[in-house]
Amino acid sequence: MTNWNDLRRTVSVRVWLQKFGAGCLDIFQGAGGIAFLFKDTCVLLASKKIRWKATLDQMNKIGVQSLPLVFLTAFFTGMVLALQSAYQLRLFSAEKFTADLISVSLCRELGPVLTSMVVAGRVGASIAAELGTMKVTEQIDALKSLAMNPVQYLVIPRFIAALFMLLVLTIYADVIGMFGGYLISVFKLGMSSHMYIKRGIDALVVKDVVTGLIKAFFFGGIISVVGCYFGFTARDGAEGVGRATTLAVVVSLIMVIASDALFSAIFYFF
Amino acid sequence: MIQIQGIHKWFGTHHVLKGVDLTIMEGETIVIIGRSGCGKSVLLKHIMAILEPDEGDIRIDGRSMFSMKQEEQDQFRLKLGMLFQGAALFDSLTVLENVGFSLLEHTKLSEETVTQRVLEKLRMVGLAGVENLMPASLSGGMKKRVGLARAICNEPKIILYDEPTTGLDPINADVINELILRMQKQLKVVSIVVTHDMTSAYKVADRIAMLYEGRIIGIGTPDEIRNSPDPIIQQFITGSARGPITDKQQKETESL
Repeated sequence: MTNWNDLRRTVSVRVWLQKFGAGCLDIFQGAGGIAFLFKDTCVLLASKKIRWKATLDQMNKIGVQSLPLVFLTAFFTGMVLALQSAYQLRLFSAEKFTADLISVSLCRELGPVLTSMVVAGRVGASIAAELGTMKVTEQIDALKSLAMNPVQYLVIPRFIAALFMLLVLTIYADVIGMFGGYLISVFKLGMSSHMYIKRGIDALVVKDVVTGLIKAFFFGGIISVVGCYFGFTARDGAEGVGRATTLAVVVSLIMVIASDALFSAIFYFF
Repeated sequence: MIQIQGIHKWFGTHHVLKGVDLTIMEGETIVIIGRSGCGKSVLLKHIMAILEPDEGDIRIDGRSMFSMKQEEQDQFRLKLGMLFQGAALFDSLTVLENVGFSLLEHTKLSEETVTQRVLEKLRMVGLAGVENLMPASLSGGMKKRVGLARAICNEPKIILYDEPTTGLDPINADVINELILRMQKQLKVVSIVVTHDMTSAYKVADRIAMLYEGRIIGIGTPDEIRNSPDPIIQQFITGSARGPITDKQQKETESL
């Protein structure tokens, strides 16, 4: 009898629709919650005093402590980019364009996106875990009981730090990526050092660099607000904090990639 | 005076508070008892305006915090202090920064004055020499006392205690009970204590109210509660495994 009921539940259209509806509600609730948190952050940013000490501390955690990871990611990406592009460009005897390709693709796309992904994994998870633990141990309620707005106290320092540190980390990733490409191009592909640097810089226009940095700035905002939102909504103890951390990383990555596509389209046409 | 009027609260489909009415007088210590998960802490968070009711209102000195603007609400909230169940000390701050949090954030007092005030409050709760320690290095009882020092640092008129003795050994639990009584005598505050520890309730209460299934089902002095004819109250205060509370719970489980 039980098996028959289980089977009915598995194939029931109603149950499937209920699950689908509940999933949709979760998505809209999450999207709405993130949007409201973003709005609250912007309003408080404009109206309240910024806690610079906490902001500098967050800049250290988000920016300075991410340097080694961003270095490794950008360095190896630059090297791989040089090897892979030279492999294709050789077919057209156009290996000298390797430097152009590396610098443009790093500044426009790979620098901001890869840096954001690394930071989303490292920092987004840490923000969600820290705030989630504060939530389940009632520290967020304690903040409210001491007449302190948690968004002002916790979100704004992280938000400002992420905005500016993503910008700085992206510039750093662009330079390190080009350095990785330089090592391969000069020592493996036989390109002259002068030619790599000249072509790499000449290929760039201001728009390439600026669009990459605009993207990085927005990605910083996305990572911090999404991390904070999932931290604030964590519940059910350690398991809930784990779930919030996973969701923060997954949603940050999806939003970074989706907004990257949107920005690329906007910058392509304008 | 605190007037709690017809408070209803739903969490999704779960109706936690089903019309709570309670009036708490000036200078009174009221203890709210009830089973775990019956909504005692939720009620306390409504008084602090950390949660908003779906229906009903809470008036403190004739004013409702729910109709105030954020800034005004924050200012008003400083009249209240709350000791959380797990103390809820901020992990990243020292004991001194924890206790002096509201003074550092909301006043322009010098650091030296804040330190003096913090040390004075720590002495009041029987702690000395811990101001530079991090919360992680404190024992459970010490955390509660630091949490209490933080709650009274701003000299509130109302102190809310969420399960102050839970998780403590009997001696430390009694130390906290003594502290609640001492706070009452020294500061002449309204104290609202949420607990299911009857020893603590009898010791500190002027009146005891029992919350059951989202409503206050009985209220009176400790003696009145002890002699209450209500079988639900009797089962709870005697801690019996058999009685109307467990019978009803069993019937609900069977019907599922």
